[in-house]
Amino acid sequence: MTATQEPGLKEAPTQEIGRDRRRKEDQRLITGRTRWTDNIVLPGMLHIAMVRSPFAHARITGVDTEAAKAAPNVVDVFTGSEVADVQGVIANAWPLSAEQKAPDHPPMAVDRVAFAGEIVAVVVARSAAEAQDAAELIDVEYDELPAVIDLKRAAADDVLAHPDLGTNISSVWTLDSAEGGTGGNVDEAIAEARENGIVIEREYRQQRLIPAFMEPRSTVVDPTGEQYVVWSATQIPHIARFLLAATTGTPESKIRYIAPDVGGGFGGKLQTTPEEWLTFLAAKRTGKPVKYTESRSESLMSGHHGRDQWQRLTLAATKEGRVTGLKVDLLADMGAYIGIVGGGVPVLGAWMFNSIYKWDAYRFTTTQVLTNKTWVDAYRGAGRPEATYGIERLMTELAAELGKDPLEVREMNWIKHDEFPFTTVAGMTYDSGDYEAATARSKELFGYDELRAEQQRRRDAGDPVQLGIGVSTYTEMCGLAPSRVLGQLNYGAGGWEHAEIRMLPTGKVEVITGTSPHGQGHETAWSQIVADRLGVPFEDVEVLHGDTQISVRGLDTYGSRSLVIGGEALVRAADKVVERAKPLAAHMLEASPDDLEFAGGRLQVRGTDQGVTIQEVATAAWTAHDLPDGLEPNLDASATYDPVNFSFPHGTHLCAMEVDTETGRVRMRKYVAVDDIGNIVNPLIVSGQVHGGLVQGISQALWEEAVHDEGGTLVSGTLVDYLLPTAADTISFETDHTTSPSTTNTLGTKGVGEAGTIASTPAVVNAIVDAVRHLGVTDIRMPCSPERVWRAIQQAQKGAGQ
Amino acid sequence: MTRISLTVDGHQVADDVEPRMLLVQYLRERLGKTGTVVGCDTSNCGACTVHLNGSSVKSCNVLAVQADGGEVTTIEGLAKDGELHPVQEAFRECHGLQCGYCTPGMIMQAVDLLKENPHPSEEAIRAGLEGNLCRCTGYHNIVRAVQHAAEQTSHQHPEGVGA
Amino acid sequence: MNPAPFEYLAPTTVDEAVAALVEHGDEAKILAGGQSLLPVLRMRLNAPEWVIDLGRIETLRGVRDAGDHLVIGAMTTHDQVLHDPLVHEHALLVTKAVTQLADAQVRHRGTFGGALAHADPGGDLGAPTLALDATFVITGPSGTRSVPAAEFFVDLFETAIGEDEILTEVQVPKYDGWGAHYEKFVRVSHQWPIIAVAATVRLDGDTIAEARVGLTNMGSTPVRATAVEEALAGQPATPDAVQQAAAHAADGTSPPTDLNGDAEYRRHLATVLTRRAVLAAAGRNGT
Repeated sequence: MTATQEPGLKEAPTQEIGRDRRRKEDQRLITGRTRWTDNIVLPGMLHIAMVRSPFAHARITGVDTEAAKAAPNVVDVFTGSEVADVQGVIANAWPLSAEQKAPDHPPMAVDRVAFAGEIVAVVVARSAAEAQDAAELIDVEYDELPAVIDLKRAAADDVLAHPDLGTNISSVWTLDSAEGGTGGNVDEAIAEARENGIVIEREYRQQRLIPAFMEPRSTVVDPTGEQYVVWSATQIPHIARFLLAATTGTPESKIRYIAPDVGGGFGGKLQTTPEEWLTFLAAKRTGKPVKYTESRSESLMSGHHGRDQWQRLTLAATKEGRVTGLKVDLLADMGAYIGIVGGGVPVLGAWMFNSIYKWDAYRFTTTQVLTNKTWVDAYRGAGRPEATYGIERLMTELAAELGKDPLEVREMNWIKHDEFPFTTVAGMTYDSGDYEAATARSKELFGYDELRAEQQRRRDAGDPVQLGIGVSTYTEMCGLAPSRVLGQLNYGAGGWEHAEIRMLPTGKVEVITGTSPHGQGHETAWSQIVADRLGVPFEDVEVLHGDTQISVRGLDTYGSRSLVIGGEALVRAADKVVERAKPLAAHMLEASPDDLEFAGGRLQVRGTDQGVTIQEVATAAWTAHDLPDGLEPNLDASATYDPVNFSFPHGTHLCAMEVDTETGRVRMRKYVAVDDIGNIVNPLIVSGQVHGGLVQGISQALWEEAVHDEGGTLVSGTLVDYLLPTAADTISFETDHTTSPSTTNTLGTKGVGEAGTIASTPAVVNAIVDAVRHLGVTDIRMPCSPERVWRAIQQAQKGAGQ
Repeated sequence: MTRISLTVDGHQVADDVEPRMLLVQYLRERLGKTGTVVGCDTSNCGACTVHLNGSSVKSCNVLAVQADGGEVTTIEGLAKDGELHPVQEAFRECHGLQCGYCTPGMIMQAVDLLKENPHPSEEAIRAGLEGNLCRCTGYHNIVRAVQHAAEQTSHQHPEGVGA
Repeated sequence: MNPAPFEYLAPTTVDEAVAALVEHGDEAKILAGGQSLLPVLRMRLNAPEWVIDLGRIETLRGVRDAGDHLVIGAMTTHDQVLHDPLVHEHALLVTKAVTQLADAQVRHRGTFGGALAHADPGGDLGAPTLALDATFVITGPSGTRSVPAAEFFVDLFETAIGEDEILTEVQVPKYDGWGAHYEKFVRVSHQWPIIAVAATVRLDGDTIAEARVGLTNMGSTPVRATAVEEALAGQPATPDAVQQAAAHAADGTSPPTDLNGDAEYRRHLATVLTRRAVLAAAGRNGT
């Protein structure tokens, strides 16, 4: 092979990072050539129907399965007591401390159910319809037990969700700046403010939400080969494989876990589920491939829920508005069980309540409480939206108390751009940021002053439709997480990520990532990163993921970690490929490896036009006809990267809401999001993440709430009652970015998956309250339904009249 | 069992089906047309939208037997001769999808919408898609995609983009 | 999820359909457009042994002019009603309500008669047909009878249609030149109305000569706001006059309490939305 420069060498390739590449994923998705788990059909495949408890808390006194077993085409029926020893357990992988009280969590209830929707029997039949028919023939006898549904009542321990535990309090976890040496004593700060300053005390409710990914969860298990093959609509194939092995005694090497096309997750598929474990068990028992696909009602009832907190907050400030301390007491509803990372979710808020602000003293306590409801775990943002909501509502209340503009009070308290890196009162070190720049840009796009003027006009005119402006200057922590930190927090795994690059002999490149996308567009963004790093065409990069036999190592996708951790692993693997190529390239060029430089995909002798492309080196390595002595004929490389810190995106969101004071109905008028997420790999994908995140956060503010009745039945159990917005209920957004690159990863990225959701909820509620504050309203519980808004106005006016 | 025969994506098919079989199940399980998906059981989400006799319907809310003698177009029959339909192309161009689960239904409804109203306002687009839920995109880029398809088509095919 | 198994019949005439109903009685459910029935069957909230599909009876489809009234065939789809010029001209209130009914896909399948026979108190067609004094034509084994709207809606999901009878057509008197508005109040657009107000008015200059107002989801059946109608007659079409009349909107109603609002809130909404609906119907700014 010659190693001279090609005649008419192409121009240096355009940089891929930063380009708005159209997504590689889309061709199959827009033509219906998809592989959702439920699409999978295997020879002789059987189907499952679940029998679920209608009671929130009951002892199972008998299960009669005879009629179901005799029903047409039923192959197997089993109950919890029959499989108690072999069904495995659903993991509680973030127990926080050894003192945590957590109930055993079998996939199927054995003798007691602890929430309505818990599985009590499984029917396996030749068709899903026949399984459902037979499931209706199963007669379960229950002895109903007192159920505790309300979070505050549960915290009082009058009725126990799990009598054997002796209490509903699962754990209490505290972060205290005085104890930790990161700040002062909060009680002193509050006492001082009571004397000489301002104290704002509020209680906010974070209602229970349902992730409501569009693809219902589905699992197919094929036990007919040497390895069990599990396809599942999951965010976490690697973690699920580990836990399935660890809890069922099946060797990990005998399990292949595959997340094929996965239709959204938002944390809702960051779980190992009873349904997966029972499908695995059914396949083991019958020796046949088995499929389970949940209905939407099952999904809403038994897929884990999110949020669900009461927040008692006390903020101390000087008379001028400089915050001196914050005390946070969270009550967090865990539901009936502690899910995979459920124990840790409220704790993530500990580092976020102080947000972008500087103050002296801080104390955060979360009390985690068990109830007889569906369990609560990660939902987009996981702990951080709750905290951001609390502090951004409080900062707005402080501004109202002072009679100042909410942005002015924030600026008085935030970290200035020249103060980075900055270690917060919670002990976290923020690497970069520029809150002034994001805020200035946001105000400009929003037309802040003009809208304030309109607001005043409407107030003066007594317009029945009032206008309010809401502010949210948020930050978040992305990139879960340095393994060392996770270990200190008693988390069950590390926080590293893995990538591998295979140089194929034809010059194509296979990228294997341990992240597991389910809509984020990793195939495109990862291709852009590798194309730049190796100087190969974007089209020549193929990204593989989600199959544990291909992607052997990985910790999957959640917590805005994929780009900041998985992307860095990718960069390091690519750099290793180049390093591995150097000796062979030098040999091909008859030069010294030290004289080679790598640019634009070519290994070139410095100061000459002599060079070879990385693809040519790959081919040469494959033929292996002429290698330097002792050199392995292989350029492939992998890297496992453990992050050194979190990353801290931030931004300023401004929202204008109109409130119809006669009916309480609200309407979004304008929304501007300026986010600083560091360097951007693909602006098109980023815009999508921001828009979608915004609507999920807006939806919490306005529409969504999982409501249980007193008996523990989920009242909002279908999409008729669990309100998700449509295109007709939302508006177009204005988005932009400022850029303070992260200093802790090579690409300078920060993560964007959760930013919109974290920021938007308080912006919306602040805007609604702002619209009617002059009528005496200081708070409205989420979701801000027309009825709640109307009642808040009525009550405020009644109060004013007295 | 009831005998049905219909045309799906241009092909004549005939089968014996249980009366309780939903059209979407027939498409997915009998014909392997798994591009059309099920997202709910209350007809709220629209993920299963196909065209039946030229109009968009939710195929989870139609029995297969009701479609007897009819003509069905699914997302898999939208591209013609290897050419993507302008609406499909627009969804890719404008990043109108993320996980892609709602996408087949969203595209089929958008095609129906543009057939009735080739030059819709943003408000008309939003109202026309009110039977389809998306959890990823916040709808912003879906609306852009439908606008883009309308613009593209009015340049190329002044008669509209009806399938 | 699948419906429980059932036997399926697709008669091609009304007589065949009635005969099937007579034979299977309460074991049978009628399938019209299926947009409400199929979710109920899929969630197995109901499991009939027989499903009788009216979709093959061609005579039940279409809108025709019958002199002083329109005839809307029970199996006419919402989409057909929405685009029908006769309905638009003579019964504008129906057009206005159907515009806001469900979504495009459901309007393509769902039928005018099916929705009315289902009698969901949150349905969008009850209040307009009640306000317009429509007549419901019902066919059974002993022949055909006509039921005025005021007697058609009996209770929650219950109408005057007998177990062995079929709603075949709805006769809507002509309201030529009347203004109309359907004010629907929802939190998200695909939701059933929290409440809605159907209003149609005949103006004589600036005076409301006659008004008809129906309320959706203010009780177990659609409700006629007769006190409002009486108070409006002869009043000027001004916000103040209409507001005074609309204050009676909730008189005599017993609205439900649910996740979207309690009875008191619904009563309040009824007065506000009635004012807006009447003013809009009169071509005045709704607020």
